[in-house]
Amino acid sequence: MEISSPMTISVKVMHRPEPESTSYLRAALSGMALTFKHMVNPTKVTQQYPEEQTDLHPRWRGTHVMERHADGRPKCVACGLCPTVCPANCIRLVGGEDDQGNRYPIVYEIDEFRCIFCGMCQEVCPVEAIHVGRHFENAEYTRERFVYDLDRLMDQDHPSTLLWDPSDPQSE
Amino acid sequence: MDLQPISGVPALIAITAKNLLIFGGVLIVVAYATLAERRVSAFIQDRRGPNRVGPFGLFQPLADGLKNILKEETLPATASRFFFVLAPLLVLVPSLVTFAVIPIAAPLPTPWGVVDMIIADVPIGILYVLAFSSLAVYGVVLGGWASNNKYAFLGGLRASAQMVSYEVALGLSIIAVLMMTGNVTLAEMVWQQQQLGMWFAFPLSLAFILFVVSAFAETNRLPFDMPEAESELVTGYHTEYSAMKFSAFMISEFGHMVTASALMATLFLGGWDLPGTWDNAFWYQGQLIGGFAQDGSVILAQPTWWKTLLTLGGFAAKTGFFLLLYIWIRWTLPRFRYDQVMALGWKVMLPTALAYIMLVGGTILVLDELGVAWGFGYGLALTAVSGVATFAFIFFIDRGRTITGAAAGAAQKREIKTIPQVSSRPAIAEHAAVGD
Repeated sequence: MEISSPMTISVKVMHRPEPESTSYLRAALSGMALTFKHMVNPTKVTQQYPEEQTDLHPRWRGTHVMERHADGRPKCVACGLCPTVCPANCIRLVGGEDDQGNRYPIVYEIDEFRCIFCGMCQEVCPVEAIHVGRHFENAEYTRERFVYDLDRLMDQDHPSTLLWDPSDPQSE
Repeated sequence: MDLQPISGVPALIAITAKNLLIFGGVLIVVAYATLAERRVSAFIQDRRGPNRVGPFGLFQPLADGLKNILKEETLPATASRFFFVLAPLLVLVPSLVTFAVIPIAAPLPTPWGVVDMIIADVPIGILYVLAFSSLAVYGVVLGGWASNNKYAFLGGLRASAQMVSYEVALGLSIIAVLMMTGNVTLAEMVWQQQQLGMWFAFPLSLAFILFVVSAFAETNRLPFDMPEAESELVTGYHTEYSAMKFSAFMISEFGHMVTASALMATLFLGGWDLPGTWDNAFWYQGQLIGGFAQDGSVILAQPTWWKTLLTLGGFAAKTGFFLLLYIWIRWTLPRFRYDQVMALGWKVMLPTALAYIMLVGGTILVLDELGVAWGFGYGLALTAVSGVATFAFIFFIDRGRTITGAAAGAAQKREIKTIPQVSSRPAIAEHAAVGD
């Protein structure tokens, strides 16, 4: 009698002993034995955080990264889509145009305090310039430091978020 | 070597040094007991516990103390200020001064005389301990009452009722020890255990169990922490306290634990005694003796500094064992209900202690009438009698389930075997297949 579905819900049935048939002493002693086993057990669940870093999920959305060209210029073309789509209104963009008619950002600032890390800026970007990143340790001593300017966004060296799995196009 | 008790100016110096060292040592042990509690609880729960301040978190108590000194002292607007401030002191002092009468090691010989490793070898010994441990309840009740907070008040009331109840069982379980030693000084209790050749935990096993349980209730530790039952009373009598005053309550709780552990070690595990007769020492008619020869003449003790150190280590190990037991039990057993605590105290512990006093007294009488010498055989006879009593006690309070207690487990195993037959899951799958 095989169960055909691979998604069988497994339920662990716990049999509570009848109150009238329980030996309190034995129950207490077996409890003591259990806690003692855990006490001497060297494997602990605590992650020693600053020394042991957490493995962030590939789709973790954290501190932003601005991608740059090989010559160091930002990839951003100042199209204005990200400040438009941003639900928290945390991106400030002032666009400019150089001699060859290439648009570039004169001012590009992201307020990491306002940001809700939805990742829509990365999704909407036509040139894949702005990314949310797999990074979360962005504590600062002053509030002003949380407004990241263009240079700081370009200097972020953590990996950027994979909003979808490239090997699985349908996931997009 | 002249084995005379130290006297004169050196004695004053020695007493001062002992005061500083022992109370300082107790306070350090108390501080590290708080760390041990947090670490052991963490280990039991598969965590690591505080390990950031210093190596293995060893400076954590210092950090905690510093934090508590720097924190703001709050005073509830409607509290009775005088008693509110007085309560932490009233609860702190008795928990620490009890240690004064507990001998911690074999006497230490110095060029000026022999120094007893006990702060005050008062002749009333255990009575002093009982008196001061009862005093602590005043601080608890005052703290709860003066806070003018209903939870604190309930905690204080519960504490007073519980401590009074279990003090009875505590005192009665000590009486068995007193009958064995014939004296109330703790130094003599250690000596009689050395002479008996076995620690009182065996010949007085039931008294040992009753004393341990009562001591847990006396110190308000789980499973008897009714006065501060967090889920019911916030934290009970010290709900309104902050900063150093709260810290005083915590220090007193752990001080009580350390003192009770030392008492359990002294009364039932031989105190500073280590196996063998090499370390025995006792002041008998002005002489420091190590035992009696066959003809009744005394054998002089030979105290040395390394014996003192070794016995101190033995005492510390025994006390540490009970401290660990305190913590271990706290993080294993659930809290009793209040009426269960009272029922256990008055309906089980008290009658058992009384009956056990009769039993031990009768056995001692019979053994003395038979002319059995105070020694290992005497202890073995009492061990047998107490073993039967202990077994009967456990069997009775466990409603006979201790032996057949596997009933629950056996029933569980039987039911597990039947699970595949009663499980409805395959039937549903079959039904679905038919439906398709």
